[in-house]
Amino acid sequence: MRTTSAFRTVGFYTALVLLCLFAAFPALWMVITAFKQNTDLYDPNNNPFLFNLPPTLSNIEFLFTQTNFPIFLWNSLFIGVVVVVITLVLAVPAAYSLARLMGHWGEHSSIAIFLVYLIPPTLLFIPLYEIVTALGVANTVWSLILVYPTITVPFCTWLLLSFFRSIPREVEEAALTDGCSRVGVFFRVALPLAVRGITTCIVFAFALSLSDYIYAAVFVSSTASRTVSAGVPTELIRGDIYYWQALMAATAIVGIPLAVIYGLLFDWLVRGFQVELPRSPRA
Amino acid sequence: MRNDKTLAAAGKRKAPGPRARIGIADRDGIVGTIMLAPAVLYVVALVAVPFFLAIALSVSDATVGDPAIHHFVGLANFISVVRESAFLFALRNSIIVTLATLVLLTVLTIVLVELLARPFPGKRLAEILIILPWAMPAALAAVGWLWLLDSEFSPIDWILRTVGLLGPGSVLGPANNLYYLGREWLGLGVIVVINVWRTLPLSAVIVLAGRTAIPNELFEQAALDGAGYFRVLFRITLPALGILLTVAILFTVLVIFGDMTVVALTTRGGPGYTTEVLPYWAYLKGIQGGALSQGAAIALFLFPVLLAASVLVLRIAYRREGA
Repeated sequence: MRTTSAFRTVGFYTALVLLCLFAAFPALWMVITAFKQNTDLYDPNNNPFLFNLPPTLSNIEFLFTQTNFPIFLWNSLFIGVVVVVITLVLAVPAAYSLARLMGHWGEHSSIAIFLVYLIPPTLLFIPLYEIVTALGVANTVWSLILVYPTITVPFCTWLLLSFFRSIPREVEEAALTDGCSRVGVFFRVALPLAVRGITTCIVFAFALSLSDYIYAAVFVSSTASRTVSAGVPTELIRGDIYYWQALMAATAIVGIPLAVIYGLLFDWLVRGFQVELPRSPRA
Repeated sequence: MRNDKTLAAAGKRKAPGPRARIGIADRDGIVGTIMLAPAVLYVVALVAVPFFLAIALSVSDATVGDPAIHHFVGLANFISVVRESAFLFALRNSIIVTLATLVLLTVLTIVLVELLARPFPGKRLAEILIILPWAMPAALAAVGWLWLLDSEFSPIDWILRTVGLLGPGSVLGPANNLYYLGREWLGLGVIVVINVWRTLPLSAVIVLAGRTAIPNELFEQAALDGAGYFRVLFRITLPALGILLTVAILFTVLVIFGDMTVVALTTRGGPGYTTEVLPYWAYLKGIQGGALSQGAAIALFLFPVLLAASVLVLRIAYRREGA
C-alpha cells in the first residue's frame, strides 16, 4: 500500500514539473536572452543557459529608448481598457436581458451566441478592413477598438448569460415584490451576484484584445498606432536582422507581470466558468 | 416551466410599494429589448454584415486597389484558388494541425486538470507558470518560439548535442542543428506544439471548472468500492467532464483553426508552401497580394468545418437535453 502511494506522489510531481516546464521554458529562455551581451549570445559553443559574460541591461534600455516600444505598450493598454469597458457595456445588459427578460428563446440563445464567437477573424478581416477604411478609422487605434468587441462581446455575453441564469429567480422576485423596478433589480441584485463572471469577462476581454495579431497587423500600418502584438515584431525584425534580446525582453515585460496577475486570479477564472453550459435551462 | 409573462404581471400587481412606478422600467419586454439592442446591433453590423460581405467578395473581382464589389464572377475565385498548388498544402495542413492539436490538447488538458484538482504546496506558483503562455500576446510568444528553435542557436539543439543525441555521428546527426522550421513535418510538428502550448492554460481553466464541480461523494464512494485510479478517471471523472471537455476543446481548437498568428511568425508557410495553412494563405493572397476576392474565397473554405463543428455542439447540447 505504502509503495503505491509513494509511487503516486513521484508520478504526480514528475507530471507537474514536466508540465510547468513545458509552459514556462520559453519564458525562461526569453529572460535569459534579454540580459545577454551579443558576443555571449551568438556563440554556439557557449552554454546558452549560463551567463558566460556578465549580464547587461543595455537591451532593455535599447528597447525603451531606441524603439517605439513605450508607444506600443501605451496603445495596447489603452485599447485593452477601452475594449473591456465597451464589452461590459454591451455584454452585461444583453446577457441579463436574454437570461431574464426575453422569455423562452432568450434563455435558449446561448448556443447561437457561442456560434457567433466561433466565426474566426480570418473570415471577417477582409470585409472588416473595407468597413474600417470606409469609416475613415483605418490606421488608428480606433479601428481596433471598433473590431475587438466582435471577439469579446459574444464570448462575454455567452458566459454571463449562464451566470445570470444560475441566480435563483426567487431572489429577484423578492426585490420586485418589495417595489424595486426591473432596472433596479438588475443593478442592485443581479450585478452584485455576477461579480465572479464579470471578473472573468474583464480578464478575458483584456487578454483577447492584447493577443490579437491579425487585425492589428492588417488595419494599422503607422507606427504611432501599433499595438505590442503587431508593433514589436515589425519594428524589431528588420528583414533578416532580428533584435533577439530586445524582442525577448519585450515579450517577457508584457507576459510575466500579466501571468502573475492572471495566476493570482486563477481560482476566480476557474469559478467564472462554473456555470451551466449551452443546454436547456433546468425545468 | 413558469411563464415569464404571468410572472412579470404578478410582479407588477404586487409592485405598488412605497414608490409605485409603472414606467417603462417595469415592463420586462421593453427593458429587455433596450438592454439587448446595443449588443445585437453591434454584432449585426460588425459580424453578420462582414460575414455576408465576405461571401459577396468571394464571388466578385475586388482588389485592394479597387475594393468595390462591381462584377459578379461566380465561382471563378474558388476555382482559381483550388487550382493552385498552395491550396492542397494549406487545406491539408489546416486539417492536420487542427486534428493533432485536438488530440494532444485533450490528453494534456486531462492530465493537467487531474494535477490541479488537488491541493499541493506551491500551487500558486504552479498556476502562474501554467498560465504564462496565455498571458503572452500570441504574436510575441510565437517570436519567442522562433528564437527558441533558431537554426543555429537553439538551446534545445544545445541540450541534444550535450547529451550526444545531435551532431556528427549521433542519432539525429550529422548536422549540428535540427532546423525545426526548415523542414516540412518538423515545421508542422512545431506549429502543433506551439498551439498546444498556448491554448493549454485556457482549456485547463475551463475543464477545471467542471472538475471541481464534481461532488466529492462520488470519489469517496468509488474509493470505498476499491476502484483504482484509472478506473475512477474513466468511469467517473471523464464522463462527468464530458460536455465541458468537449466545449473547451472545441472552443480552443476552432480558434486555432481560424488563426494565422503562429504560422505567420514562425515558418511563414515555408519551406515552399509545405507548412501553409488556410488563414495565413488568405492573408497573403487577400491583403499582401491585393486580391481581396481570392482571399475571401480562401477564408470561406474554413466555413464548412465551422459548420460541422457547430452541428456537433448543437447535437451535444440536445443529447444533454434529452438525457
